Amino acid sequence: MTKTSFKLRDVEFKNRVLVASGTFGYGDELKDLVDVNMLGGMITKSLSWKPRDGNPPGRIAETTGGMLNSIGLANIGVHHFVKDKLPYLKTLNTVVIVNIAASSIDEYCDVLSLLDQEAAVDGFEINVSCPNVKEGGLSFGTDCDATAEITSRLRRLTEKPLIIKLTPNVTHVSEFAKAVARAGADAVSLINTVIGMAVDIKTRKPRLSTVTGGLSGPAIKPIALAKVYEAAQSVDIPIIGIGGIASAEDALEFLLVGASAVQIGTMNYVDPSASVKIAQGMAEFAARNNVGDLAEFVGALDANVEFSVLQSWL
Amino acid sequence: MVQEIATVTGRNEVADGIYVVKFSSAHISRTSLPGQFVNVRVGNGFLPLLRRPFSVCRTQDDEAEIVFNIVGEGTRILSEKEPGEKIDVLGPLGTPFGYQKGVDTAIMVAGGLGVAPFPLLTQKIRNQVKRIETFVGAATGRKLWTEHLENVHAATDDGTKGFRGTVVAQLAEFLESNKVLHPKIFGCGPTRMLHALSDLAKRYEIACDLSLEGDMACGMGICQGCPVERVNGTKKYSLVCTDGPTFDSREIVLQA
Repeated sequence: MTKTSFKLRDVEFKNRVLVASGTFGYGDELKDLVDVNMLGGMITKSLSWKPRDGNPPGRIAETTGGMLNSIGLANIGVHHFVKDKLPYLKTLNTVVIVNIAASSIDEYCDVLSLLDQEAAVDGFEINVSCPNVKEGGLSFGTDCDATAEITSRLRRLTEKPLIIKLTPNVTHVSEFAKAVARAGADAVSLINTVIGMAVDIKTRKPRLSTVTGGLSGPAIKPIALAKVYEAAQSVDIPIIGIGGIASAEDALEFLLVGASAVQIGTMNYVDPSASVKIAQGMAEFAARNNVGDLAEFVGALDANVEFSVLQSWL
Repeated sequence: MVQEIATVTGRNEVADGIYVVKFSSAHISRTSLPGQFVNVRVGNGFLPLLRRPFSVCRTQDDEAEIVFNIVGEGTRILSEKEPGEKIDVLGPLGTPFGYQKGVDTAIMVAGGLGVAPFPLLTQKIRNQVKRIETFVGAATGRKLWTEHLENVHAATDDGTKGFRGTVVAQLAEFLESNKVLHPKIFGCGPTRMLHALSDLAKRYEIACDLSLEGDMACGMGICQGCPVERVNGTKKYSLVCTDGPTFDSREIVLQA
C-alpha cells in the first residue's frame, strides 16, 4: 500500500487531493454523486461576513480547453453557513477547509475568528486573489505588503492550518510566497484563475458582464505548473498546486514541480467524481512504480537548474 | 439525480437541422418531470470542456429523448452519435413546470428549439387538463417540428407554414377569438419571444411559466454561473439551474 497522507500542522489529510473552493459548494450539493470522504479534504465556496449577491448575468463563458468565470463571490455569508451547512460538514470523515474572502482586513479577521471556534472547521484558505470583485480580492492579492499583513493578522487569531491562495496575475509569485511564509502561513495554494476575456463578435459585447474574468481549466495547466515551480524554488512551506488538473498524471506533474498536494477545480463541474478518480489514480501510479509514499514525488523534478531561466529572478 | 454513462439508442434529423437523440436511462426516463433537464458530456476530451444542458423532451419506458440544433462543437458531436455510442448524462436536474393544480387549459408556446420541453409536458398533463393548445413558431416551415404535441398552431416568420408572424402574435389572435377556461401558459424560446409572451400573459392576466436558458457549468447550483434577476425577495438572483429553469414570469426580470 502506497502512503498517500500528508500533514499541515497537526491536521492529517488522508490523501493529497482536495477540491478547490467554489467547485464543490458547501459539500452537501454533491453528496448523491460523489463520496467526499474519499478525498484528502474539501475547501468550501468563499465565505464573507455578509451574504453576497455576486455579479450580474454573463458570469460564465467557455473558451478553448477552459472556462472564464466572473461569479463575484456570491455566497450565503458566514452566519448562514454556520447554521445550515456546518452540521452536514461535521458528519464528514475528511478535512474541511473554509475559504474566506473579504473586502477589508478586519472582515477577514471577523470571519476567521467566528469560524475558529467551530470544531468542524479544520483550517482556512484565504482568498486574496479573486479577480472578479472591485474591493478586496486582487487589490490585496497583487500587493505584497497587504498580503503579508493579512497573513500575519490572521496568524495571530488561529492555531489551525492557514493557507494563503495566491494569484498568478503578478510578475513574480515567488515574492508573494516568500512574504506570506515569513508572515506565518502554513502553506500557499496556487494558482487562482488567470485574468482573461472573451468577446461575442455578433453583438460586439464581452461575454462576461464584468468584461474580464478568471480563466480556469486544462488551458491554464502549463501556467500553473510554472508558477508552482517558481514558488517551490523560493519557500520551504508546503505548496498546494491548482490549475487545470484533469487526471492523476496531471496531479503528479504538480507534485514533481514541488506541490505537496493538489486541488481539483473546474473538472468537478465536468465530472463530479473526477477528484476521487484522481486520488485513486495517483496511488495506483505510485504502486505500479514501486513508490511507497507519494511524498517521494514532491519536488523530485529532474531539471538542470543551471539552464533554468526562472532562477535569475528568485 | 444520477450520473450515468448512457447508450445512444437513436438519432434522427426530425426537421431541417433539428436532431432528436434518444438514450437509455431508466432513472432519467422514469423520474424526469416536465421542464427538467439533463446535463450532457458529449465526449471525454476538452473540446468542448463543459457539459451541455438539454430539456428532457420525451420519455418512453427506459429511454429519454433530447432535441437540439447544431450551435457549436458540442451539439455537432452529439448530432453525429450513432446508436450504440455512449454519452455521459447527469440528471434529471432543475425545477419542473408548475402544472399540478387548477389548470383546465394548458397553453404551450414554443419558439424554435423552445419546443424541447413540451412533448414531455403534453405526455404528463394530458389526463389532468381538459384542453391543450400548442403554439409552435419557427423561422421557416422546414424548421418546424411539431410531433408528440396536441392541437398545434404553427407560425413561421416567412409564412411558409401556418400563421405568418410570431408565435406570440398568433396566440394573441387566438385569445381574442376563443374563450379559455382556467388557462396557464407554458413558454420556452428565445429571450425576445419570452419578453413578448410575458407581456401578453400580464395583459390577459394568465399565469405563465417560462423555461429559461443560461450559460452554466455544473447544472447543480455549485458554480453559481447562471443567475437570473428576481423581481423582489430576499435575494437579488435566482439560479437557472436549480431555482429554474422554469420560473413564474412575474417573479423574474428577463435580460434585455
